[in-house]
Amino acid sequence: MTDKPKVGVYICHCGINISSTVDVEAVEEFALKLPSVKVARTYSYMCSDPGQALIKEDIKEQGLNRIVVASCSPRMHEPTFRKAIQEAGLNPYFLEMANIREQCSWVHEETEEATAKAKKLITASVAKVRLLEALEAKEVDAEPAALVIGAGIAGIQAALDIADAGFKTYLVEKTPSVGGRMAQLDKTFPTLDCSACILTPKMVDCASHPNIELLSYSEVEEIGGYIGNFDVKVRKKARYVDFDKCTGCGECAAECRVANRIPNEFDQGMGKRSAIYLPFPQAVPAKYTIDPENCLYLSKGKCGKSPKCQDVCGAEAINFEQEDEIVEFKVGAIIVATGFDPFDASRKPEYGYDDYPNVITGMEMERLVSASGPTGGKVMISNGEEEIEPKEIAFIKCVGSRDESVGNEYCSRVCCMYTAKQAHLIRDKLPDANIRIYYMDVRAFGKGYEEFYDRVRRENVRYIRGNPSEIFKRGNKLVVKAENTLTSTPVEDEVDMVVLGVGLEPRAEMRKVMDLLRLSQSPDKFFLEAHPKLRPVDTATDGVFLAGCCQGPKDIPDTVAQAKGAASSALIPLARGKVTIDAQVAEVNEATCRGCGFCVEICPYTAIEMTTVNRFGHEVEVARVNEALCKGCGSCSAACLSDSIQPKSFRDRQILPQIAALGVLK
Amino acid sequence: MSANNEPNIVAFLCNWCSYAGADLAGTSRVHYPSNVQVIRVMCTGRVNPLYVMNALQQGADGVLVSGCHPGDCHYMEGNYYARRRLGMLKDLMEFVGVDPRRFHMSWVSASEGHKWKEVVEKTVEDAREAGSFEGFRRRQIDW
Ligand SMILES: Cc1cc2nc3c(=O)[nH]c(=O)nc-3n(C[C@H](O)[C@H](O)[C@H](O)COP(=O)(O)OP(=O)(O)OC[C@H]3O[C@@H](n4cnc5c(N)ncnc54)[C@H](O)[C@@H]3O)c2cc1C
Repeated sequence: MTDKPKVGVYICHCGINISSTVDVEAVEEFALKLPSVKVARTYSYMCSDPGQALIKEDIKEQGLNRIVVASCSPRMHEPTFRKAIQEAGLNPYFLEMANIREQCSWVHEETEEATAKAKKLITASVAKVRLLEALEAKEVDAEPAALVIGAGIAGIQAALDIADAGFKTYLVEKTPSVGGRMAQLDKTFPTLDCSACILTPKMVDCASHPNIELLSYSEVEEIGGYIGNFDVKVRKKARYVDFDKCTGCGECAAECRVANRIPNEFDQGMGKRSAIYLPFPQAVPAKYTIDPENCLYLSKGKCGKSPKCQDVCGAEAINFEQEDEIVEFKVGAIIVATGFDPFDASRKPEYGYDDYPNVITGMEMERLVSASGPTGGKVMISNGEEEIEPKEIAFIKCVGSRDESVGNEYCSRVCCMYTAKQAHLIRDKLPDANIRIYYMDVRAFGKGYEEFYDRVRRENVRYIRGNPSEIFKRGNKLVVKAENTLTSTPVEDEVDMVVLGVGLEPRAEMRKVMDLLRLSQSPDKFFLEAHPKLRPVDTATDGVFLAGCCQGPKDIPDTVAQAKGAASSALIPLARGKVTIDAQVAEVNEATCRGCGFCVEICPYTAIEMTTVNRFGHEVEVARVNEALCKGCGSCSAACLSDSIQPKSFRDRQILPQIAALGVLK
Repeated sequence: MSANNEPNIVAFLCNWCSYAGADLAGTSRVHYPSNVQVIRVMCTGRVNPLYVMNALQQGADGVLVSGCHPGDCHYMEGNYYARRRLGMLKDLMEFVGVDPRRFHMSWVSASEGHKWKEVVEKTVEDAREAGSFEGFRRRQIDW
């Protein structure tokens, strides 16, 4: 650092967000007296064009070489101001932000205390900014390929868009078929398109697309690297069926000794399948899979004289010796589209889901009304004694949503509409049924939703406001106990069947993906986006994006929109072919490094290596940082015995003055 | 302590979880005491135990280090290093006669704005009980 620091301090009013609690004029006056400070100004919106222009002019005219912006969180506008000072000819890293909004004016009520704290924060920023160094962001090549995890409608759409743009896309799906939950739906609100009719073509497209490599029945095991250069390891689970030989004819399933004995996941356990199975008729790829837990040969080592599936398979595709396969590849960007789990209705025991066969969930209802479902689309249900066609049908909404007692405060956004849809579908099939819907509120917010809700009410579906407290059995009927909160009357409603409008929850096994990609969860436990409004598909990990219900409950239109957003974000590094690597990485002072190698062991990214250098005629070992791998966490630095390895912008000599500055102001 | 007997606390927050959590407390307009001054680091693994001593030496009455929950570190294991190093430091501080209420470690995720408030309140309350810190010979660096 040759030139003496000349600091400009810019204090933002943020409309009145800051200035109503922080006395910005007093802060300005205070800042002017701080060491090295040449200019201090306040402005209504520093991030606005005129606000930025103010800074740029001062840099040029007053010769400022260090800038402190006291405004919102650096997590919000650091990039904005870095860019601004760069445009004025300053190194973008000569910037420090004092967070006087999120961590000051918004959390303190008294002007006196908020102003005092703002002064301290600015002092610490000035102390640090004087010692910041010029840094150069580096560019490295980006691998022109993407990974999409999860092949529900979100993952399928994202993969198709990236592949259509001309980039190789690896689509990894955990189950034997793509399609996700949408494949299980019968018709879709509000237009009542048949789900399979609009989804199947897309499923087929993604399997046949020349740029898509579909890895079904597979899971991501390891992800290393960084944006532009992720190293991915995927485990393709053994299907025990030769993928290339299987023709999908289905003879094996028909002959299986445990045929029609195993609950079919796709039908929510209401239908039955064999141990060798295709999850559903339109499954893509149309290849059979043996479920090793239920296959007699694989679980017990014996299946009659010989496994029947093997005997009947003309293509000789059955292969009990098959093993898991590990596939490795590189990608430049990753989209997470792992979807949701329906709320487990057992967690509301008062509704008797575990006790009564005629209390079912919305997801089960989808299968029950589906022509390809376990009853062929006939609405038949057991009341515990016999199979009946229900006449009295009740829906209950908000089961597991907007309910603090189960830990879900949020609204699941689709249950109002799918309940209305299912009421309509039942009305179609059972014109004489009495249908009522117990609700707290009706949220029909999307395009065409209010109209659809009106239509369903006109179809003689009764809406009763009140959240049932209990369901119990009386004779062969179920009794729904509630209070009609519009008329303030208690209700005991005798019905033949209850459908629980279960909400959407994050996947139970999302933890693994979270750990692989260092993702966080928001309070609702879905994946956390980088910014709730402005970066809704980004995550805190560069190059990793979110699509669909893994980020929060959504209907299909919103899921598809977000998937397209995620695809276009993922395409940015791929299309540019380059990514900028953060400049705030660690650096070794080779003159003082003692070569102990502690840092090498500590680095979680294996970014540090020992190398031999010539120091005053002696060959000595010192540590050296690979800047492309280093992420700048600084764990190495806290361990270094000689303070020789230091993360740039977070060096001891940059942090200690901050500590000192805060102390002085005691 | 300032004239009105308020403890002065320096906090080191990791960028990804606790700093974001403190930001969320702001966005949610959760109110808490203003005694805690935050220094942002990328990871709690960056926090050299000497920083804690340094802060106490420079006039802080209490120090807080807060990062991602164990297992959730943005850098995979930085918070484990922090937990070890700073846990040892805490023992050492007690051994040399520093009131353990002056030093806190916590895990606050990006979604725990309310937890951040609780952590601040607890840290401030403890430091207030421990009183003004005069235990180390003042070595005020002229920054
Ligand atoms: C009862 C019900 C009815 C509905 N009706 C409608 C409707 O009529 N209209 C409408 O617009 N919306 C409706 N929805 C909402 C709709 O289902 C969702 O919007 C949509 O399915 C979300 O798609 P997705 O791709 O985000 O998630 P999902 O469909 O859950 O897909 C996620 C995929 O990722 C896979 N996966 C998960 N974890 C991993 C992993 N670790 N590795 C690899 N793969 C993984 C899963 O196997 C799955 O294939 C309804 C929802 C419910 C519950």
